[in-house]
Amino acid sequence: MKKPWGLAVYSGLALVFLMIPIVYTIIFSFNDSIRSNTVWEGFTVRHWTNACARADVCEALGNSIFIGVVSTLVATILGSAIAIGLVRYRFRARAAINLALFLPMATPEVVLGAGLAAFFFNLGFPSGMLTTILAHVMFCLSFVVVTVKARVQTLDPALEEAGRDLYANPNQVFWKITFPLLLPGIISAALLSFALSFDDFIITYFNSGSVSTFPKMIYVAASRGVPAEANVIASSVFLFAIMIVLVVQITGSIRRKRLSKMA
Amino acid sequence: MAEQQASAGADLELRGIRKEFPGFTAIEELDLTIPAGQFFALLGPSGCGKTTTLRIIAGLDQPTTGKIFLSGKDITDTKPHERKVNTVFQSYALFPHMTVLDNVAFGLKQRKIDEPMKKAQDALNLVELGHLGNRRPQQLSGGQQQRVALARALVNRPSLLLLDEPLGALDLKLRRQMQIELKAIQMEVGLTFLHVTHDQEEAMDMADTVAVMNKGRIEQMGAPEKLYDRPKTVFVSKFLGQSNLFVGDVVEENANSVSIDCKGHKLTVPKARAEKHSGKIAIGVRPEKATFHEDGAPAQSSDLNVVGPGEIIDIRFTGVSNQYLIEIPNLGEVTVFAQNVGKSPVTELGAKVWVSWKVEHAFGLADLPVTEDK
Repeated sequence: MKKPWGLAVYSGLALVFLMIPIVYTIIFSFNDSIRSNTVWEGFTVRHWTNACARADVCEALGNSIFIGVVSTLVATILGSAIAIGLVRYRFRARAAINLALFLPMATPEVVLGAGLAAFFFNLGFPSGMLTTILAHVMFCLSFVVVTVKARVQTLDPALEEAGRDLYANPNQVFWKITFPLLLPGIISAALLSFALSFDDFIITYFNSGSVSTFPKMIYVAASRGVPAEANVIASSVFLFAIMIVLVVQITGSIRRKRLSKMA
Repeated sequence: MAEQQASAGADLELRGIRKEFPGFTAIEELDLTIPAGQFFALLGPSGCGKTTTLRIIAGLDQPTTGKIFLSGKDITDTKPHERKVNTVFQSYALFPHMTVLDNVAFGLKQRKIDEPMKKAQDALNLVELGHLGNRRPQQLSGGQQQRVALARALVNRPSLLLLDEPLGALDLKLRRQMQIELKAIQMEVGLTFLHVTHDQEEAMDMADTVAVMNKGRIEQMGAPEKLYDRPKTVFVSKFLGQSNLFVGDVVEENANSVSIDCKGHKLTVPKARAEKHSGKIAIGVRPEKATFHEDGAPAQSSDLNVVGPGEIIDIRFTGVSNQYLIEIPNLGEVTVFAQNVGKSPVTELGAKVWVSWKVEHAFGLADLPVTEDK
């Protein structure tokens, strides 16, 4: 049988192409550079052992994590509630709200960012941490609603009715039945939301004033050369994300094996 | 605790229930009393309002008007979790994130009953699934899930157990087996069961009382054998088994019987078995009560109805009985079932036959078939 060599080579090249920037970032986190990190100067682990040597890098990272966590919390709680409401109840503005939630995803970020900035300015709201978090909640919310809604739609209403029938009051039905069954959807919505917030540059740039975030710091530094510490942090984020994916995959396959063994 | 042990089913009374949804009325008007300890079946085609009735009793839907009484207490405005009523859902609705045992213990834990796990285990044993308590519901077969759903409802010793077509998803063999088990459990625990189904055999087989529901109303209610023997409406006569119906004007009425003229055939029904005694009425007979004669018309007699001659146009062998379809000119088609006891009179298509049945087996209906305008 003839093996599809062409396909293998093509796929391999595509993968390499995808990996180039990541590999480059990781390699240059070990570059023995002082200021500019564009030319290879020799191998060192100096930047890894002291990632906060450049205070601005770590401060930006801290801000990004803080903004990410807070806006994810707010967007996930709010978005999950909206998703449940949109699926479970019939009310007048339902279709309009569904449409409105799609708009932030369809609008170019640059327009959203500029629009929000003008809005905050007219309200006399100084740009800073609060405006950044509000902006992030706004664009994360749509993604949370879409993700959780998909999960709510697969939830059989008879399960909640069975809970009510079995002496659980509405509050208990939510926490003992609805919430645990929606949890996988809510968790993926939260992860997506955090990733979006952590990664966002455009909207943040317009609304954060003097507050520095990780993407913003790198953008500003890029003109003078990105410090190697930024590579260290970027690489760490990448490795952390890979680790989460691996853990989820492995525990999932273990559970599937156990279930199929029992059945 | 004492109160919980003592509950062995309760009377249910529905008074003037009406349920409207935007655009249609699911229940026109419903008055119903189910005595304690009964196995009661609500039988009807899909869309007749039977599931809505069940949901109203469970508290999952509110009636537009009317009242519900359980053991004489008005429960119309109480929430589902405040009613001592439990439901076996059509889709079973087992909680997928809990083990089978936790599913069964759920209601007990909610009410803070002592030893919930032990009681749940006992309930699982009752449905012969005691060894599967640690499994997840999705690891069980359909029949097992059905029994878990039953155990989960029964363990609470509700005053009333509602069953929403719980056997609908099972294959025929398992279904018959579950029908027998369900009936046995009901007799064992002595609770009031309200079973909703569209399967007339299931309803007649299991229930003490059957209420036939159609278009949001109860058409007729009674013991299964009574309903079968003496249906009062066209719908009941057709939905519960099969019927041959004949329409005609009343031409003779005496102390005991009423006779109609149907296209030249005089058909008689005992007065006590007829809903109407004058005007245009429909008279029916069950196919197994009718016999056919191939060698000439049977002798005229006051206790025999005879129609014919006609032609056999279809014969079906169903094993225990043969079903004959006979076309009688002017009168239409008549179905006759004959027991397959080895001496079937005719097996040839096209044979010329007369059909007869005893007057005492005829029944007179309150309404007329809609399409019967020949």
